[in-house]
Amino acid sequence: MPTITVYDAMAQALAEEMRRDARVLMFGEGVATKRPELVGEFGSARIRNTPLAEGIIAGTAVGAAATGLRPIVDLLFAPFLCYAMDELVNSAGKLRYLSGGQFEFPLVAISMTGAGWAVGSQHNHNVEAWFAHAPGLKVVMPSNAADYKGLLKSAIRDDNPVLFFVDIGLLYQPGEVPGGESLVPLGRAAIARPGHDVTLVSYAKTVAVCLQAAEALAATGIAAEVIDLRTIKPLDEATVLASARRTGRVVVVHEASRTCGVGAEVAALVAEQAFDHLKAPVRRVTGPDVPPPASYPLEQAFVPGVDAVAAAAKALVRKPH
Amino acid sequence: MSPFSSPALPSAAVPSIEHPEDLLEAMLLIRAYELRLSELSAQSGTPGTCTAVGQEAAAVGVLSALRAEDLILTNHRSAGHLLARGADPGRMMAEVMGRRDGYCKGKSGSLHISVRELGVVLTSTIVGGELSLATGVALSQTLLGRPGIVACFFGDGAAGEGIFHESLNLAAVWKLPILYVCENNEWQAFVHRRETMVGERIADRAAPYGIASATVDGNDVEAVRDAARSATAAIRDNGRPFLLELATYRQRGHFEPDDQTYVDAAELAAWKARDPIERMKARLAAKDGFTTGDFAGLQARVAARIDAAAAFAQASPWPDPAELLTDVYA
Repeated sequence: MPTITVYDAMAQALAEEMRRDARVLMFGEGVATKRPELVGEFGSARIRNTPLAEGIIAGTAVGAAATGLRPIVDLLFAPFLCYAMDELVNSAGKLRYLSGGQFEFPLVAISMTGAGWAVGSQHNHNVEAWFAHAPGLKVVMPSNAADYKGLLKSAIRDDNPVLFFVDIGLLYQPGEVPGGESLVPLGRAAIARPGHDVTLVSYAKTVAVCLQAAEALAATGIAAEVIDLRTIKPLDEATVLASARRTGRVVVVHEASRTCGVGAEVAALVAEQAFDHLKAPVRRVTGPDVPPPASYPLEQAFVPGVDAVAAAAKALVRKPH
Repeated sequence: MSPFSSPALPSAAVPSIEHPEDLLEAMLLIRAYELRLSELSAQSGTPGTCTAVGQEAAAVGVLSALRAEDLILTNHRSAGHLLARGADPGRMMAEVMGRRDGYCKGKSGSLHISVRELGVVLTSTIVGGELSLATGVALSQTLLGRPGIVACFFGDGAAGEGIFHESLNLAAVWKLPILYVCENNEWQAFVHRRETMVGERIADRAAPYGIASATVDGNDVEAVRDAARSATAAIRDNGRPFLLELATYRQRGHFEPDDQTYVDAAELAAWKARDPIERMKARLAAKDGFTTGDFAGLQARVAARIDAAAAFAQASPWPDPAELLTDVYA
């Protein structure tokens, strides 16, 4: 299996889907500048630069999606989504419902976020939970190159608006990517490492943190299962619940801030539907409720670390029941 | 480009509003529809609406200049646009009342009624929302090789949103076939535009983007139609956007019921003296020998349609509660 970066995996997905379906097009801030190979193959009508104006980029995607095209927009950094929030939340997420199902909005909105480039909180802010809370949207945030490709392809083929978050820290990370179609379905989590003592639920770059924690835990005789959610909405409840019932202990790990984050949703899900199987309370290990800072050590301190995740898991396993 | 896989847009018959009497009747229908809903909301549990009473010439004039293949985006003050496009007043009233036979199954209410089969492709009640979507609709028309242009209705209030400028700029840069129709009705919800706008005309904002524009008397239905015909001809010819500003006035409040205590009585009276329906009626009488009896005949026909529409809507069942959870995702 070839080893390529997340960036190249996404480039493959874009090219393959544009080749497959002439209705797919991509526009955004510097899309044509940064992807000359796509302009070369598909032409400047389908790969377009835009003004630095996220509202009209997103709105144009929504209008185009409703009337027959399948746009992908690159909005660069996730905090810029605030300017596109009306179009994504009020239009893309609601107008199918409000119109009684007369329209579909097959579009993908790509943005980057996460610690790694020391860019500060106006370029790094994990806002995926905001969009998971909005009806009518889907939210994806993969953890490895193969999933970036397979999930982006599925997102482009989906007939609904999909927010596709790219973890900056993973962008140039290499990984094995299978050839051929290799679609990864939306809404299905992966068991990144099986185990029976405790479940670590995560997504994006903290999946790797959980895998390292699981390795450390194994050395102390604790078998941790690591679940990579991959899609945040729709959430793969069945996989999370099955694991929670099997291990009886759950730690949810994400880089995004704690309050009303994805971890709260997963914890509530487990409490509501797997309570009788729990041997200990669900724990969250997350970023703090502060704006992500620029200074590299502060930025790294923002992200849940291996020690914190392992300590949380150990505390649950040692808790008498 | 591969062929468009969804149903063609639009697919239903669109009425031709050709003769002067048709223009008058179309305006009368809108007026009667909006006043009936205002009465119903004052009397009973019918939800209030944002009316465009006094602005009928703007809707009818522009719609009479459009073709069946053209697509329309509108806003919360949309009844005139929908009716002039040929929407069934009964299904519209059913929608306002939240009934099953509404165009959107009762899920929209009055504020965001879209009618795909008539080419009313998207309706947003977020002020300026339609401006954000129009560029994408026009891009679809261009890339998919469909013939129609895109008409986008908004008000002077929406022209104060940043997205107005973003939309005009992108439409100009990408050469998109959009007829921007600004119905400048002097009111931005509960605020008079003189409090929020420097200058008198929204159309003045087109030139900096290299967009052609015109401002016409929005209460003269024939003047609006003629200006819209010129504008659409230019768009069809050169594929570029055009901003048409219609100077008009919102005779009723922002949202029914509204006592309009904030409105200057003299200004309101002056605009009511320029009522688009009365003006067209007088013009027909002067030019074409249109009689009081002729007018009564039109009024009776319109009243019968509105009576039937209200009866249809009131008889329409409520949606099944299970409908709450449908239509969220494709």
